Amino acid sequence: MIDGKTLRVAVIGAGPAGMYAVEHLLQEAEFRCEVDLYERLPTPYGLVRAGVAPDHPDKKRIGDRLFSYILESPRVRFIGNLEVGTHVRHAELADWYHAVIYSVGAGSDIRMGVPGEELSGCHAAREFVAWYNGHPDYSHLAFDLSCERAVVVGNGNVALDVARILTMPVAELEKTDIADYALQALRNSAIKEVVLLGRRGHFQGAFHNPELEELERLADVDIVIDSEDLPGENEVVLDDADWETRRKVKTLARLSRRPLTGAPRRIVLRFLTSPVELLGDQKVEQMLVVENHLERGDDGVLRARPTEKESLIDTGLVLRAIGYRGYPFPGLPFDDQRGVIDNRDGRVVEGDLPVPGVYVTGWIKRGPRGVIGSNKKCARDTVRCLLKDARDGHLSPAALNADQVLSELAGRNPALLGLEGWRNIDRGERLAGAHQGRPRIKYTDTETLLRSAAAPAG
Amino acid sequence: MAYVIAAPCVADYSCVEICPVNCISPGPDDGDFEAAEQMYIDPDTCIDCAACVQVCPVLAIYKAEHLPEQWQHYQQINREYFQQAAPVEVRR
Repeated sequence: MIDGKTLRVAVIGAGPAGMYAVEHLLQEAEFRCEVDLYERLPTPYGLVRAGVAPDHPDKKRIGDRLFSYILESPRVRFIGNLEVGTHVRHAELADWYHAVIYSVGAGSDIRMGVPGEELSGCHAAREFVAWYNGHPDYSHLAFDLSCERAVVVGNGNVALDVARILTMPVAELEKTDIADYALQALRNSAIKEVVLLGRRGHFQGAFHNPELEELERLADVDIVIDSEDLPGENEVVLDDADWETRRKVKTLARLSRRPLTGAPRRIVLRFLTSPVELLGDQKVEQMLVVENHLERGDDGVLRARPTEKESLIDTGLVLRAIGYRGYPFPGLPFDDQRGVIDNRDGRVVEGDLPVPGVYVTGWIKRGPRGVIGSNKKCARDTVRCLLKDARDGHLSPAALNADQVLSELAGRNPALLGLEGWRNIDRGERLAGAHQGRPRIKYTDTETLLRSAAAPAG
Repeated sequence: MAYVIAAPCVADYSCVEICPVNCISPGPDDGDFEAAEQMYIDPDTCIDCAACVQVCPVLAIYKAEHLPEQWQHYQQINREYFQQAAPVEVRR
């Protein structure tokens, strides 16, 4: 049996939220935490692998410099290619472990809610990102890059990532770990212009400063900014804005003054513009947009309100990038308003009552906001709740020990893989990349991933 | 010369935790942590110990004179963060 100072914990989802949860569990001194880290893909690290843009290798270093060491701990077992909800039910995990932490992220996204959204050629930017990053669930998708103009709805960091990938010289991408098929598709791309639509003004852009400033350094791409309202009629004067916003507006002003060079491709940042309807026969051909103005609500927040001024944009590819959204998880209460598993400070709640021993962290706890490190504090707070509950005697005993859990799981899915499997994939991808001067060449389908997991490369 | 946090920062605040003179902000319990794009080093307090450089999981921290060309302006940005007036109501 397990002594009173050992806690067996299951963490579901090996993205940054899950990795940070494991880190905090391992740092705990009062209890000895043993963690099983479940991941439905054969590969860990979630959006660090399948979300972070391929031209941002610096951010991906967190895999090698932090997450890798966490996986290496003798108190952690990576259980990959096994899906909770399919191979094993939540109720079973709740029984097998002292506690279960869900860090499953936000698997869906917010729709525009305009007519024509279902036309072919209109996709979630989330899917496009997963596709170019070689996520095995999205590698079969096809994006029509035969048109000259793409429209991205939204202007957050995802929108800017997508715009860069669609316009930057392919030679730059050839140095990255972008999926091979995406590289090929981008080589044949006819896209010359990417238009980003922001529903509010220049002062309310959702992008961060580093992503915006990158546009100034993008080779062979002109940046076009509708500068009428910069800083003009925008209601908020420059001095009134917070420091980070002032820096962004200064960058926008600098970009808008830059002479166009006649570069082969361009990115257009349009503000105060919203989609109204997508038009086309079977396939997107045009987008009807409306110009907005800003109204300050009683709560002080500036909101976009449509004017009468509508116009048409010719486009064959529309990517919506207006926010991620969590999916309900079978067996757990869901807050449909916020798109998160219903929780208070990371404790899953059913109505007003905590569900003992069940916790959430990351986007499925607080909504899809923040940067990678935001998940560290988020996980810290969840783990604190878990440990307090352990101390207060609110956790029921774990019904199975580590060996029993593993043999049960292996019976459910003989293709599950452990850390060595992921190490084999990792080595294989890096070796393949080394031959071409790239960080790695990703395996992008489950069959190849599992085959390479089983056979050490070298 | 002080150390400087540049654009790759992902706001993993290991640097804040290890800094022996508490010159890195915001920390996880500061009010502006949630909305912060990154952490910043106060150049007037930094003692050049480089402890933060080692723990940064994305190698975002440079000695000021070694900043890559494209991030030269981060020396000024790190300084400016500490010169801001007390944060007023954030409008978004």
